Amino acid sequence: MDFLKKDTTFNFLGYQKPALILSTVLLLIGILSIIFRGLNFGIDFTGGTLVELSYKETVQIQDVRESLEDNNVQDAVVQYFGTSKDIMIRLPVSVEGSSAALSDKLTEILREKIPETVTEGTTATKAQQCVSATHTTPQDCHVQIKRVEFVGPQVGDELTEQGGLAMVYALIGILLYVGWRFEWRFALGSVVALVHDVLFTLGIFSIFQVEFSLPVLAAVLAIIGYSLNDTIVVFDRIRENFRKMRKSDSFTIMNTSLNQTLRRTVLTSVTTMVVVMTLLIVGGDLIRGFSFALCIGVLVGTYSSIFVASPVVLLLGISREDMLPPAKEGANADLTP
Amino acid sequence: MQNHYPWWKYLVIIAILIPGAFYALPNIFGDDPGIQIRGTRNSNVDTELMQRVTETLQAASIPQKSAALDLNSLKVRFENTDDQLQARDLLRAELQGEYITAVTLLPATPSWMASLNARPMYLGLDLRGGVHFLMEVDMEQAIALAEERYVADFKASLREEKLRYRSVRNQADIGIIVQLRDAKNRDQAEDLLERQFPDLVINPYDDDASLLVELGNTTISEIQRFAVEQNMTALRNRIDEIGVAEPVVQQQGNSRIVVQLPGVQDTARAKAILGRTATLQVLMVDEEHSVDSVVGGVAPAGSKLYKMRDGRPILLKKGVIYSGDNIVDAAASIDTQTGSPVVSLTLDAVAGRKNQRITGQNIGKRMAVVYSEQVSNPRLDASGSQAFDADGKMLRDKRNIEEVITAPVIRDQLGNRFQIEGLDGVDEARDLALLLRAGALAAPIEIVEERTVGPSLGQANIDQGFLSVVIGFSLVLLFMLIYYRTFGIFANVALAFNLILLVAVLSLFQATLTLPGIAGIVLTVGMAVDANVLIFERIREELRNGNSPHASIYAGYGRALTTILDANITTLIAAIVLFNFGTGPIKGFAVTLSIGILTSMFTSIMVTRGLVNLYYGRKKLKELSI
Repeated sequence: MDFLKKDTTFNFLGYQKPALILSTVLLLIGILSIIFRGLNFGIDFTGGTLVELSYKETVQIQDVRESLEDNNVQDAVVQYFGTSKDIMIRLPVSVEGSSAALSDKLTEILREKIPETVTEGTTATKAQQCVSATHTTPQDCHVQIKRVEFVGPQVGDELTEQGGLAMVYALIGILLYVGWRFEWRFALGSVVALVHDVLFTLGIFSIFQVEFSLPVLAAVLAIIGYSLNDTIVVFDRIRENFRKMRKSDSFTIMNTSLNQTLRRTVLTSVTTMVVVMTLLIVGGDLIRGFSFALCIGVLVGTYSSIFVASPVVLLLGISREDMLPPAKEGANADLTP
Repeated sequence: MQNHYPWWKYLVIIAILIPGAFYALPNIFGDDPGIQIRGTRNSNVDTELMQRVTETLQAASIPQKSAALDLNSLKVRFENTDDQLQARDLLRAELQGEYITAVTLLPATPSWMASLNARPMYLGLDLRGGVHFLMEVDMEQAIALAEERYVADFKASLREEKLRYRSVRNQADIGIIVQLRDAKNRDQAEDLLERQFPDLVINPYDDDASLLVELGNTTISEIQRFAVEQNMTALRNRIDEIGVAEPVVQQQGNSRIVVQLPGVQDTARAKAILGRTATLQVLMVDEEHSVDSVVGGVAPAGSKLYKMRDGRPILLKKGVIYSGDNIVDAAASIDTQTGSPVVSLTLDAVAGRKNQRITGQNIGKRMAVVYSEQVSNPRLDASGSQAFDADGKMLRDKRNIEEVITAPVIRDQLGNRFQIEGLDGVDEARDLALLLRAGALAAPIEIVEERTVGPSLGQANIDQGFLSVVIGFSLVLLFMLIYYRTFGIFANVALAFNLILLVAVLSLFQATLTLPGIAGIVLTVGMAVDANVLIFERIREELRNGNSPHASIYAGYGRALTTILDANITTLIAAIVLFNFGTGPIKGFAVTLSIGILTSMFTSIMVTRGLVNLYYGRKKLKELSI
């Protein structure tokens, strides 16, 4: 089977102007949003406390909120998480929120209403066991702790810094490798495409205020890897064609290369998209943000390898001379005494 | 023609795939409910213990599946969790105080496989459930404590050499100032201290008769290193008391410690036990002065005012008789006569002799046990946010909680064993005994990060992760089969081997598998076929250009190779950066991604080529099923 029977002759580079305008406009919107709305950083970066609880029966958010307020827990954000039996409570770093003890206080307050106390289990179950006045033998707690995350403010700040640094290091590493394997214009082109992809993804996260957590940061770094993969394949073909198609100009060579690699670009995007969609749909809530970032990344990465990376290389004025292997004899002559 | 491999290439492929399959195999056996028994400082895990455990279980007719000794623990397996939990209660009662008994899941890998290092993947806390703490050691406090110790040491040294001093005190932000009588005295003292404490920086200070002692950078870094090490040891001991099967205690950076407790459910208690900096001191009660005259005023020289647990004031003589460091063992029990909870203490030889002497001289007088705990909270500014100093360091408020637990009358001469009474309840007695036994922390620690995953969520994560892999994998297989037909089958076989190899490498190196790690596996599945897409598209292109099938295969593999290498190496760079930056789950993602890149290059290039050569190599071809 083949979805393209004939070789395509799309004039991709003919669209470089509209593409560059489109990219610039979209990125500008994204950057403006990042500047003015900011990213909706999760507690990994801001610090704070997050508690996910699961009740045996349906629970009213209002009740939970009230019992927290009655016990002087301020600024708690309480919301359903998935079903009406699961709730998620978030607390910012605040006066009493700066310690790991807060999450215990929360669960204690909520268990007091039942009332029940956690104990060591005596039956086989994947749940926390509690005793209460009416049940002296341990049974599954009414309130089950599913997840607790506490991040101190200093840790959050470090992560933000490290995350930014990681991205810079990745870009520098790639710049060097591509510069060494190809040529500096290609290195610059691929890095521009990567920055484009990263900014675009961050922009989407900012515009729709999707929570930016640690796994999302990992996904963004994975996007760098994926998008680069696409770009390199195109560059590789361009390099090959510069040596083969001696009569053509740079424009034609690059367009031909983009067309020749089009099938592969689309196919790989499809298979990757298939697995990323699988993750998004069945992977669960914990990695939803991660999968969502990958989804955007795969799309924008495919686009940028065609419409950003190559046009940038062309704009930087690549020519055949730049792509010819260095004259070996000359280099050797220097070495011979 | 060109399309066959020399025999040794097949051999290389087989030599990688067969061990790969072998090391991936342990993951299909699942787990047995089990109990892990570990020794404490004064008990050994040996065949004798194994016999004792087996007999105990037989006596209660709890069937055990098997029992095995390894380096430092005894692992007992059971058919089901009911047996496991019954056995736990029984063995806890039987081995209490001697051994640590913890329930756990033991991999059901056959022992002959385990002996070849074939183990299932090591699951991270987000998959198995448990607690992850990142703790920060308060280094300022560690240094302050060390300076206090030096002050005492200096005094002792000077006294020993009969050098009269006016004062030795620790001045914050300056150092330790030793004031002597005159310049001559000072020079002698300088010589003495320099001889005895060669690592310290000692200089004349201010007037003619004073010395300034500073710690110097090497000493400070030594103190910091020691503080982290001692805290790690203390934490390990405390964790042992909680009873966790496979705890992890690791240093991270200069001043942080990672603690992971798989399977712990009552995190509040774990936190309370790990975080406390409690010490115990034994002092004499000042019987010469009346407490009432001191309350609200100044305590007489040599004494200090304390509070009892119920708030009553009590006057104690300064001078610690012995402290928590001298305690060898502490056990909670119920006093048979009074029925109240007590903690029985055992002292080391030095403190035991001292105890004997002092209690012998002071029968009828009272002795007080002081519990002191250092509490350290981040300081907040007026607006309620975290306060920092000029250097950007966090400011903290420290408070010393000092309570007299009990002040009993000495009725007899005591030796190295005695009891503490007057505790609130059984739970308190147990926790206190635990803390006393576990040793003091060298400096206060604070939890700066906590991640707890409940057991039910852990299981849900595994299920969802597994489902993602299965569905993603099947869809990609289907796609490749439809799109590339025979060559699709080659690619699919390679993809399956890629998954097996990836699991094998993860199992062999016992890299931690996390939920993002599973996502990395799924992503690898999607991206691994890329290499085959590149090769197959290239082959089709060659065919379209009118080349013969064999020539096309040859050129396709050859030309695609550099592209695949370049594309994968750049992805690998991103993955390695991710690994170095990452913590916990993120690291797991970076690990599976990197390993996936390497295994996929092998399978999609060498394995598919091997299959293609095997299938087409000796045939005359008119066309290819691609």
